[in-house]
Amino acid sequence: MNRRSPEPFLWMLFSSGGMVAALMVPILLFLFGIAIPLDLWSPSHDHLLAVLRNPLTRLVLFGLCALALFHWAHRFRYTLYDGLQLKRYAVPIVVLCYGGAVVGSVIAAGLLLTV
Amino acid sequence: MSVYQRPIHLLWWLERRAYVLFVLRELSSVFVAWFVVFLLLLVNAISDGAASYQRFVDWSGQWWVVAINVIAMVFVLLHVVTWFGLAPRAMAIKVRGRRVPARQVVAAHYLAWLVLSAVVAWLVLR
Amino acid sequence: MATETTLEITLEVARYRPGVDTEPTLQSYQVPLREHWAILDGLTYVKDHLDGTLSFRWSCRMGICGSCGMTVNGEPQLSCATFLTDYAPGPIRVEPLRNFPVVRDLVVDIDDFMTKLPKVTPWLVREVQSPVEDGEYLQTPEELDEYQQYSMCINCMLCYSACPVYSLEPDFLGPAAIALAQRYNLDSRDEGADERRDVLSSPEGIWACTFVGECSAVCPKGVDPAGAIQRYKLTAATESIKELLMPRSRSRR
Repeated sequence: MNRRSPEPFLWMLFSSGGMVAALMVPILLFLFGIAIPLDLWSPSHDHLLAVLRNPLTRLVLFGLCALALFHWAHRFRYTLYDGLQLKRYAVPIVVLCYGGAVVGSVIAAGLLLTV
Repeated sequence: MSVYQRPIHLLWWLERRAYVLFVLRELSSVFVAWFVVFLLLLVNAISDGAASYQRFVDWSGQWWVVAINVIAMVFVLLHVVTWFGLAPRAMAIKVRGRRVPARQVVAAHYLAWLVLSAVVAWLVLR
Repeated sequence: MATETTLEITLEVARYRPGVDTEPTLQSYQVPLREHWAILDGLTYVKDHLDGTLSFRWSCRMGICGSCGMTVNGEPQLSCATFLTDYAPGPIRVEPLRNFPVVRDLVVDIDDFMTKLPKVTPWLVREVQSPVEDGEYLQTPEELDEYQQYSMCINCMLCYSACPVYSLEPDFLGPAAIALAQRYNLDSRDEGADERRDVLSSPEGIWACTFVGECSAVCPKGVDPAGAIQRYKLTAATESIKELLMPRSRSRR
């Protein structure tokens, strides 16, 4: 085999992404996707902007976005390979999944840097 | 030698309950990705100013957006339960030469989850 | 035991005659429903009293030889350790192990597993054998504990039968072979981890596994191949990252 295989690194990104997603996504999704839209709470814009301007918040959010996207990329790739038996299209699937994660991470970095 | 090879159905994972659960677990990643998109839209709206943020809150209050997020929440919770449940099998943690029992590893994950969630909620809502 | 023999249960057994049938068909047999009879006893009754042409593999009848794996009502099972009464009132569908080519009736071709198994060097590897006079290689109970559960594997291949990755990707090294590699990797007396690494961390090795976890769920001996694979993924990934950061640190064995 080749020791230069990218699999160990992709798997590392996948599992770190799985861990941060499990730890952080439920509460963020509950607050911003369900509770705030349904007016259970209404934090002020000023307050949210202040929290978001903190460099630590941005760093954490960037890490969360990038790793969670690589988590998706890896899992979704294998779901397409196995679940739908599409392994013959491995090249476009790899480009779509990991390429999507890279593009998403760049967008996330851009948005978080320009807050 | 003529042997019989059982054909594989396209949707083979419908054959066993455990396989269905596995595919649902893997599909949770799609909702994790959806969450990242949603989060980035939120970040963008907050940094664009109060009016833009209000528009985002109004948009996310529509029934179909809330519905997507509720479904996403269910899948994300499936991810949490399966991820934490499998964690002690993937890592053998030792403290002073003794293997930490699986239950304690799982419990530690949930504890970290609760603490982190509390911190995030406090930061957002204080 | 005249009272017992009046109770019967139906076995629906997959029959496949090579060269004659294009695919297996189910054939029903009525067998006595006795309290201590396993599926294997039912099949033996069929062969002895009802239909001598039925073919199936078995040897020890006590869950240690790993020969009698079959698909019982859709689940991979050792037919000697699965009891008729648990399926009463029946019928019980008995088919060959999934994911293996069927040679005849309930007999499958296990060559693929037999060629893969030695690839992981499933024996103790020592760089230098110490002389016999030096005595045994000692091991503490904690060191034994590290690998003992993996050493319970009886090569029955139920895990391969339950593994969807193996069915989709026949080149996949598979659960038992990787668990057995870990059985030696985690043994304090072994020095072959490096030798096994190439095979284990190839694309057909651990990386093909998506942790469905059914291999561990069906294992009759309580081995956790799925866990062994994930643990090795963590080891392999950590080593790869170390090598990337410190390319010279890798030992030249």
